[in-house]
Amino acid sequence: MEEVFLKLNNIHKTFDGVHALKGVNLTVNKGEIHCLAGENGCGKSTLIKTISGVHRADEGEITIDGNLMQKYNPIDAIRLGIQVIYQDFAVFPNLTVAENIAMNKALQIGKKRMDWNESRKLALKAMEQIGAKLDPDVLVERISVAHKQMVAICRAILNDAKLLILDEPTTALTAKEVKMLFEVIGTLKSKGIAIVIVTHKIDEIYSIADRLTILRNGANVATGDIKEFDRPSFIQYMTGREIVDTHYRPSELGKEILKIEHLNRKGAFHDVSFSLNEGDVLGITGLLGSGRSEIADALFGIMPADSGKIYLHDKEISINNIGDAIKHKFAYVPEDRLTQGSFLDRSIADNVIAASISAYLKGGRLHYSEMTESAENWIRDIRIVTPSSKPMVRSLSGGNQQKVVIAKWLNTHPALLILNGPTVGVDIGAKADIHKILHQLAATGVGIIIISDDLSELIQNCNKIIVMRSGAVDSMIQSAQTDETRLAALLGGTAKQEVIS
Amino acid sequence: MNRLKCFNKLSSNEMIVVYIIVVLSLLIGFVNPAFFALSTIFGTFRSMLIMTIFALCEMIIIISGGIDVSFPAIASFSLYFTVSLMNQYKIDSVLVAFFLSGFFGLAWGLLNALLIGTFRIPALIATLGTSSLANGAVLVYSNGREISNIPTSVDAISQKYLFSVTNTNGGKSSLTILILFPIFLCILIHWILKYTILGRKIYAVGGDYNAARIAGINVKRTQYIIYTAAGFLVGIAGICNTILLRNAHPSNLMGAEMMVIAAVVIGGTRITGGHGSVIGTVLGVLLITLVSNNLIMLGIPNYWQAFAVGLIIVIGTSITSLKAKKIALSPKI
Repeated sequence: MEEVFLKLNNIHKTFDGVHALKGVNLTVNKGEIHCLAGENGCGKSTLIKTISGVHRADEGEITIDGNLMQKYNPIDAIRLGIQVIYQDFAVFPNLTVAENIAMNKALQIGKKRMDWNESRKLALKAMEQIGAKLDPDVLVERISVAHKQMVAICRAILNDAKLLILDEPTTALTAKEVKMLFEVIGTLKSKGIAIVIVTHKIDEIYSIADRLTILRNGANVATGDIKEFDRPSFIQYMTGREIVDTHYRPSELGKEILKIEHLNRKGAFHDVSFSLNEGDVLGITGLLGSGRSEIADALFGIMPADSGKIYLHDKEISINNIGDAIKHKFAYVPEDRLTQGSFLDRSIADNVIAASISAYLKGGRLHYSEMTESAENWIRDIRIVTPSSKPMVRSLSGGNQQKVVIAKWLNTHPALLILNGPTVGVDIGAKADIHKILHQLAATGVGIIIISDDLSELIQNCNKIIVMRSGAVDSMIQSAQTDETRLAALLGGTAKQEVIS
Repeated sequence: MNRLKCFNKLSSNEMIVVYIIVVLSLLIGFVNPAFFALSTIFGTFRSMLIMTIFALCEMIIIISGGIDVSFPAIASFSLYFTVSLMNQYKIDSVLVAFFLSGFFGLAWGLLNALLIGTFRIPALIATLGTSSLANGAVLVYSNGREISNIPTSVDAISQKYLFSVTNTNGGKSSLTILILFPIFLCILIHWILKYTILGRKIYAVGGDYNAARIAGINVKRTQYIIYTAAGFLVGIAGICNTILLRNAHPSNLMGAEMMVIAAVVIGGTRITGGHGSVIGTVLGVLLITLVSNNLIMLGIPNYWQAFAVGLIIVIGTSITSLKAKKIALSPKI
């Protein structure tokens, strides 16, 4: 008989008239890994904050370790062993690893003196428990994201965590780091700690979860053992619609749009040549540092190439700065949409017209009504979920933010659209929408380049894929003639290179 | 590994300031051998006294992620009202002088804390406001007049020395007893910052405000503690200034805030918060003081002083900032 640690019964929560949680039930057993899945905005975050005592439920019961909770607050939650690891880990970059791990405990028991030796000992003990090996005296600003996460986990263990909630823990991790994290989670599970992982990444859920609860629009849609769900039913529960894995395989290609010959940039890439025809969606992949992003930067003039030729519609062009790229109607959706791609505190409309504002300047004044109209058209066409074009981009979910960034560039009517990691942090439904938009664009003759390390995304959405290694084109393949395993082998360098024209 | 640690130590912000100080001292001493004398050291210490107190308080506030430009105004207010009230009521007590001046400072610090901690006004704007309030109030009250008759027992402290030496030329140079106060403060603040949870909370708040809240740190309380404590110490610095100069001037400290911030930042405190040390700050104050006191000895006209200090600020902060950038971009372990 499994022992129940946490039981939520019929939880309701309303914010300013928005019914965020509509009677959610959740049961988490000791020593189990429970995935909480759902698209952005389904109420996952609200639910976590209810469990951690930050939000008070309007209605419903919370039972922890068999005790029904009354007047439940964050301090109670911590005392009862509930620890949340947020996406930004809430670590202090300016303090040492040891201090970060030991500080919360010291604060909790109300210590007045700082004992450096004890902190170090506690930190080493906690790290030993999960098999992490970090120098306790190094500042956290010098360690990688994955290690910061380990610090956050150690801190939670030190606080006698009985239930560990991880909010989208793998977003910023590489595949190898994810594997490490999952090993650590496995260790914690074997110690009888209940674990809730919030995620929308289907592969990860299948590789680690024991049980699964799916939320949609603030309500439970399904819960049960992971074995009871197959992928199609899982996706359908999560999105509320059936999403078919489409493969983009254009039957015939049109005229050549872009041709790159022997492009070089010192220290980034060398002798890169490829071409792109109407209807093509070209994928570029490669390990970090292989030059995959640098090619995009060169094409968009951020870090222009030193030598080589770029032809657009059979005419040679030179791109020395971003202005040149925009002049030739190149568009670039950067990797980090939060810092590079959008004005978070401006409205959707302002963001959508940001790259094409001169088109609305007529006779010395801006035509606001036309701007709003364009924005509203894009909202409709690419299905941005929002009541109007007025809300700040910050208030949108990740997927919708990304759609706004894409709309911004589509509004420039680009000849070439380069997307770097277009669906990182975007949920399945929005991902499918974005892919559909790209396919439609390709069909109308816009050249599309997708840079990504999500191999299944590339195979599904690109008809040609370039694998980069150490700054050079390692192989160029037709997606129809490959699969994920083969592509992964090429990426890792365990398969022989192949080049097709 | 050990060599790397050694290199890191030798290229730390503090050491860079030490190198600059050594080079500058040698330069000044080369041009004017009279520089290498005990009297120079005493004079430099005396010049550093008030600025060190200000800088230590400023450092704590900057570490916590804030900034305070109201110190000179608070100190002026405190010293002037203290002396004026004591004269009016014929009180002649050292204890009262220090207590009263500290109390005025504390009250202003509490106002800063209220504006910053409770009303969440950005620290720069809030302290600009209180600075102007305090300075305005003392100017109205004083009509811009200085008070030169200081209560006797308070004034007597200006003649109390820790050491006195007779120079070769027969002159006498002495080190004021007041120097003990900043020295004591350095030790106390170093200890608080490094070995108490309060100190670590200050670093934590400056490192990541939200993480600090999530960790259960009462950020508001921490801010109240540091701004009021700084106000208190600055008030005491005010009366020290009166004793050193043997008058109470309503505004001659004004304008020191930029020098104070400069000294703190040169000493390796990151203006963005979270980093800083007492030793670095003291070195920063020393460097700025050396420059402002001794350029004249190098034959550089006094007009160049502001320029030279500006140069040090630009170079010093660039080095700090470039190092921070290098850390941010360096491969993570």
